[in-house]
Amino acid sequence: MKISRFAALAGAASLAVGLSACGGGGGASGGDSIKIGIKFDQPGLGLNDAGKYSGFDVDVANYVAKELGKTKVTFVQAPSKQREDLIATGQVDLIFATYSITDARKEKVSFAGPYFIAGQDLLVAADSTITGPKDLDGKKLCSVTGSTSADNVKKDYPGVQLQNFDTYSKCLDLVVNGQLDALTTDNTILAGYAAQPAYKGKLKVVGAPFSEERYGVGLKKGDVELCKKVNTALEKMVSSGEWQKAVDKNFGPAGFKVDSATNPPKPDACS
Amino acid sequence: MGELFAQFDVWSAFGQTLYLAFFSAIGALIIGTILAIMRVGPVGIFNKAGAAYVNLVRNTPLTLIITFCLIALHYQLKIYLAPEDSPTSIVDNGVRWAIVGLTVYHAAFVCEALRSGINTVPTGQAEAARSIGLTFTQSLREVVLPQAFRGAIAPMASVLIALIKNTTVAYAIGVAETAAFMRDGLEFRPDLSFLIFVLVAGFFVLLTMPLGIALTHLSQRLAVKR
Repeated sequence: MKISRFAALAGAASLAVGLSACGGGGGASGGDSIKIGIKFDQPGLGLNDAGKYSGFDVDVANYVAKELGKTKVTFVQAPSKQREDLIATGQVDLIFATYSITDARKEKVSFAGPYFIAGQDLLVAADSTITGPKDLDGKKLCSVTGSTSADNVKKDYPGVQLQNFDTYSKCLDLVVNGQLDALTTDNTILAGYAAQPAYKGKLKVVGAPFSEERYGVGLKKGDVELCKKVNTALEKMVSSGEWQKAVDKNFGPAGFKVDSATNPPKPDACS
Repeated sequence: MGELFAQFDVWSAFGQTLYLAFFSAIGALIIGTILAIMRVGPVGIFNKAGAAYVNLVRNTPLTLIITFCLIALHYQLKIYLAPEDSPTSIVDNGVRWAIVGLTVYHAAFVCEALRSGINTVPTGQAEAARSIGLTFTQSLREVVLPQAFRGAIAPMASVLIALIKNTTVAYAIGVAETAAFMRDGLEFRPDLSFLIFVLVAGFFVLLTMPLGIALTHLSQRLAVKR
């Protein structure tokens, strides 16, 4: 009796989980509306300022949506950890959220693009003498737990001490005040922080990128048709000059020089 | 499964969680007991101080306490719990400040659990102890607290289980424990996300469930029969 009641309860619970999983989907592509996942907290890339969205990712997303014939764009917050699941469950159709193309991620999602090649760089206090990762030996570096950037530096320069936090913003004050020596992540993200009014003139991006992060557009795994459409839109954005405009508008004020040897990139073939 | 263990240092993450839980539990038990004594003692100022501590700490989010410990006390006020010039200074300070934060936070809950234990001791016990000439300290040590601890095992078990799970908050200041492993895992191996969840959940259940059962059993065995 006891066991069967437990089984019934377990059955009901799994049913509820199944139902709620299905509830997230629905209303994906089709019609003139589209749901796009972006970051809500990255100045210069994807920022939600009381319902006003700005940043490079947002500009590219808007252009692509327009090219796809979607007039109603709904932005959804896509934190790094949830990106794969947001796509898999159909809660968003596309993701533009500093989403580097990697093989492990390709197991779960497909990528269009890349639409930008970023690189890992260092953000230091304005009067710092650090000119690249080689100067970091014995220094204190800040990053966030679970970031590729910190992992790379640690592997190449074992003398570096790494302070991880859960968000980049905790690093900023400590770097400004000299308690930590540098913050590392993608140069695009760093430029966004350096350009914030509160930190203007106090921080600088070193400008010696030492990795390649290829920002792609995340979409449902195996949706080659959508991928091709997005790639066409991205190519058009570059050839029409809109891409450059978006770069100048979002990265220009930060004094961030885009690496023109790799940018603008050619989209990969869809698969 | 093997891939995960090869790519990430899963065992050291689990070990770090145990390390945090063990030392915070001991610290919280000591400070919590002192707080409980302050709250039930005859000195008015201690009563008030104990109550103020409990109400302040208990109602502050743990993330805030732990982050405050590292950013304000360590980085701004430069209080070092590990030598500044050691090559592992950041890691050591992070772990130790996490233990401080966890201890301070859970001491408030230990205090209240223990106070509930003290309430199970009939007033007659304390009165009898005083009437045979024991001082306040003596009656507390010999009569009231031993019974109170036995009556408080069940609520203490809940506090201990909460503490073990709350060690995951230490990832906010970069301590490489189980929650940090989970975040790393989800970032670098999203293809194995389900396995990571199962592994982390399994670790905590394996740790806390037997502990809960054992302590509940113990609380029944040791309960003072009245």
